[in-house]
Amino acid sequence: MSIIIWTIQLALVPAVSPLCIGVVRKIKARFQNRVGAGIFQPYRDLWKLFHKDEVISEDASWIFKCAPYLIFSTTVIIGASIPLFTTIFSINVLGDLLVVIYLIALGTFFLALAGMDVGSAFGGFGSSREMTVAALTEGGLMFSILVPAFSAHSTNLFAISGAVASFSFFAFAPMILALAAFIIAMLAETGRFPFDNPATHLELTMIHEAMVLEYSGKRLALIEWAAANKFFIFLALGANLFFPWGMSSSERLGDVPLALILFFAKILAFSVFVAVLESTIVKFRFFRLPDLLFTSFILSIIAMSLTI
Amino acid sequence: MFNTLISSNIFFLSLLLWIAGAVGALVLSKNDRLANWWGNSFAILGSCVGLLFSLSVLIIGSTFSFNIDSTLPLLSLSFSVDKLSAFFIFLISLIALLASIYALGYVKHYYKKYNIGALGFFYNIFLAGMVMVVSAHNALFFLIVWEIMSLASYFLVIYENKEKENVQAGSLYFIMTHVGTAFITLAFLLLYRSTGSLDFGVIKETIGNSSPLIADTVFILALIGFGTKAGIIPFHIWLPNAHPAAPSHVSALMSGVMIKTGIYMFIRMFMDMLPDAPLWWGVVILILGAISSLFGVLYALTEHDIKRLLAYHSIENIGIILLGLGSSLVFWSLDMKPLAVLSLVAALFHTLNHAIFKALLFLGAGSVISQTHTRNMEEYGGLIKYMPQTALFFLAGSMAISALPPLNGFFSEWMTFQSLFSGIMASNVPVRWVFILAAGSLAFTGGLAAMCFVKAFGVTFLARPRSENVRHARESGFALRVGMAVLAALTLVIGFTAGSITNAVSGVVSDLSAFNSSEPAFFSTIQTVGMRNGFASISMPLILASLIVTMALTFFAVYLVSRNRKTKIGRTWDCGTTLGPRMEITATGFSNSIVTIFRGALKPTKQTSIEYRDEDMRYFQKSSTVELGIQDIYNRYFYQPVHMLTIKASEYMKRIQSGNINMYVLYILAILIALLFASGM
Amino acid sequence: MFRLYYKIISTPKTVIDVQSLGCDTGIDIVGKKLEARLQRSFRGSLAIRAVDAGSTNACEQELTALGNAYYDIERFGIHFVASPRHADMLMVTGPVTRNMKEALVRTYEAVPDPKIVVAVGDDAIDGGIFKGSYGVLDGVHNVIPVDYQIPGDPPSPRIILCGLLQILEMLDSRSKAAQ
Repeated sequence: MSIIIWTIQLALVPAVSPLCIGVVRKIKARFQNRVGAGIFQPYRDLWKLFHKDEVISEDASWIFKCAPYLIFSTTVIIGASIPLFTTIFSINVLGDLLVVIYLIALGTFFLALAGMDVGSAFGGFGSSREMTVAALTEGGLMFSILVPAFSAHSTNLFAISGAVASFSFFAFAPMILALAAFIIAMLAETGRFPFDNPATHLELTMIHEAMVLEYSGKRLALIEWAAANKFFIFLALGANLFFPWGMSSSERLGDVPLALILFFAKILAFSVFVAVLESTIVKFRFFRLPDLLFTSFILSIIAMSLTI
Repeated sequence: MFNTLISSNIFFLSLLLWIAGAVGALVLSKNDRLANWWGNSFAILGSCVGLLFSLSVLIIGSTFSFNIDSTLPLLSLSFSVDKLSAFFIFLISLIALLASIYALGYVKHYYKKYNIGALGFFYNIFLAGMVMVVSAHNALFFLIVWEIMSLASYFLVIYENKEKENVQAGSLYFIMTHVGTAFITLAFLLLYRSTGSLDFGVIKETIGNSSPLIADTVFILALIGFGTKAGIIPFHIWLPNAHPAAPSHVSALMSGVMIKTGIYMFIRMFMDMLPDAPLWWGVVILILGAISSLFGVLYALTEHDIKRLLAYHSIENIGIILLGLGSSLVFWSLDMKPLAVLSLVAALFHTLNHAIFKALLFLGAGSVISQTHTRNMEEYGGLIKYMPQTALFFLAGSMAISALPPLNGFFSEWMTFQSLFSGIMASNVPVRWVFILAAGSLAFTGGLAAMCFVKAFGVTFLARPRSENVRHARESGFALRVGMAVLAALTLVIGFTAGSITNAVSGVVSDLSAFNSSEPAFFSTIQTVGMRNGFASISMPLILASLIVTMALTFFAVYLVSRNRKTKIGRTWDCGTTLGPRMEITATGFSNSIVTIFRGALKPTKQTSIEYRDEDMRYFQKSSTVELGIQDIYNRYFYQPVHMLTIKASEYMKRIQSGNINMYVLYILAILIALLFASGM
Repeated sequence: MFRLYYKIISTPKTVIDVQSLGCDTGIDIVGKKLEARLQRSFRGSLAIRAVDAGSTNACEQELTALGNAYYDIERFGIHFVASPRHADMLMVTGPVTRNMKEALVRTYEAVPDPKIVVAVGDDAIDGGIFKGSYGVLDGVHNVIPVDYQIPGDPPSPRIILCGLLQILEMLDSRSKAAQ
């Protein structure tokens, strides 16, 4: 029984993440009064990229060539070790909060190195900006998840999900602050408004895009897919750590479809939220971002002081 | 008994080997090659023996003490090696072994320029001094060997004395280390006054009777004294100057090991010798640790001298170690021994890890410097194509120090986080806030360190060469690569065997009399390390395995899907323009945004000077220069005022200095009479 | 803010209907066919990189218009990208000035295979009104191999869309012939 659940858990993030990106794009297009691409468009983009040739810079080293595989792998591992639709994997030692955060950092580290590797002017600045944002996000991200972790007496993400589901209303109050902090960190980590414009063509304002300008073909596909995975992971974390209701807590296969449907509903709600946010606010000036990130950190500290 | 005898013999054998190496190198200093071989071979032998000895103590548990009473009162050459000392001897010998192998090749580029015999002499004396420091058991003897270590390292710092700034760095180091020694001496004198003995064992037994005020004063004095050696902010100002000045294998030892002798004495004095620590000791150390780690990494980000950058990271990592040590003291004073054990294990584990990856990074930097002849990172670039293996090793070090899984740095940072989290949960309100801020600073430190090493690795090894020097670089010699390869392998091996090593380290901690009977707050097996209360658990082998498996699967799947597609090598895309070396990002540019964000704390300075072709018209620029810098706020707000004060006081005192010999005789008489009166009363 | 949302929702659909997108080539349902073609030749996704080789910016205006709420090229799976490395198709505008020659060649080299080059506008086809001038090279084909041309000075977005369709149809028949 559990082998099926395991397989779903492993494959869910890479399988569904492009769809999630497609949904967000579709909603954004609707807000611009356009029809927009179909929600399955990201799959087609990826499939096409996997079937294209590659052009690699003569200045690139093995780091540039290996980084996409590593980055993609980290997102798959994280995707398999966070709560998605079930809480039964609480013995999963990879589901530790710090492991997840530092695996994300591992991916960012190599993405930034790959950006610098080709020696173009864009890549270097992309890396610099990405690392600046990532370095300042880490505190807010970690502390916002620590708030439910301290209440749950565990930093295992599955255990947090299980515990938060049984919170009383009053215990839940500081969680709202933590959620706000988490959402700020999430937007920063996944390169969304107001931190970064995922659809930008302007090198001046790029963060994430600037680092991947040099990739093509299958490696570009891996990077784009990894970015989609990361987005999905953060949506799942937000949905399951702060709204963990409806997750299946038994190994019975019968519970799985319902739990999956509820999970998708939550992800959809989060996607709609992100899309609405992106359509209504503007991108911030780069040097205003730290204010936002420190706000996230301070919000989580306040939430923490209310919890314990 | 038998074990003890053997181990003491081995111990002295290693000291003897080092001394033989030192003397021999000096004797052979006429011949550069021979001196190099002699000095470093004996250093290698001595380190091997030291490794053997420390492992025998750590595994068999055969602690020993050895005493030679001398004719001088108070001084006795007493050694005592318990597991804590053995742990540090292990550290010293391990790094010394690899640094000496590295030195066999590295020292070659000093031939004909500097005296190789002197290098071998001071190097071996330095090693022997460090080992004696962590095994001395008598305060006076300790001060002597401490001084030997400091002086030997001073001479190593000024070894490249043809460059003026190295000599200046050495002078600063000399002054600072002796200021530190003065505080240490005061601390020991106070201890002597209250216990009547200079022997560590006697002090430990009898200090309980004296007033807590004495202990508090000793704590402060020792904190300043040993903190100067450890390089905690604000006593760190010598460190970023002195470590880069020394030859790279010595920098590796100084940064990796020597500053840890300060940590060793912290543990020895605060957790072993002095009585139960009051709460505020731990809190002070926690705060110092938080400040050191955060500011250390911030200053490192502003650097573009690769060795200074690494030196600032030593400050950061000492801060992280102090976070573990400080929380351990806090838990101890709150009588939560299991958590105290956890924190101390975290601190010691990070000490081990930092020694390994910092030595690795310094050795890597040394290889790069020996090929490019500059420490300025702005003149590197693209070295991964010229020195691929060095680049790989440096990458391992960078990942480890950025606390990225699956390497070793991640695990000790994880443990430090656990002890801080436990502190947040277990302590009361005022102390809890200290823990929260400490955890926050550690979180930011981790992110900033990753950024700093993206910069260090990226600017040095990636992209295209920025100067001609790089194009002449070749892969470093065999001996250099062996030294680095072993250290790089250790970062990985310690990463996935973290469980077993945690067990060994907790054996060291439980050997301390304070923690004899306490069960640690964590469990560790080969696979998993976790908190007993189920708060967190981690499996380093699983992380490594899953990374390897997923990467292999990804690679295979992608190969299947796009196996028919070709890969073409082309020019880097830059909007159709020609890319020059000046279009790549620079080290300064990379960290400019973070410097701007933290300008309140870093106080960057910018000076623009423009020279015009026609001073009256001011239209056409001839040349313009921009000078960026970081204000040294410690110098400005702490050391300079102290300096001014000293000068003022000296000028005041100068008045009594008349140059008249009769006057001086009068002074002596006056003092004598005063002393007689004082003793008479 | 909610008024804005309301306005967005209440505004009638302004996107040009695929039905009404008739062209000179006699094909009625250009958009739908285009999408179907794309599905086959480029697996439903076409990434375009626009290169301005000394254009008057008229063509750029029209290309930009493809992405607006009226033409909305994205609904057919076509999008503009920021780097030639990501692109399948180069859309070159302008008569290629001497200064842009090297940049154009490099851009062409930077695009991974399979790739298509389309010259958009009369200027790009043979120099247009700039033909024969000392500063221009009279068309893209003198610098890099051009696969297709979309005439017009400048071509309207609708013509560009029709041109894209034709190109893909030809591609399709060519790949069939190859089989």
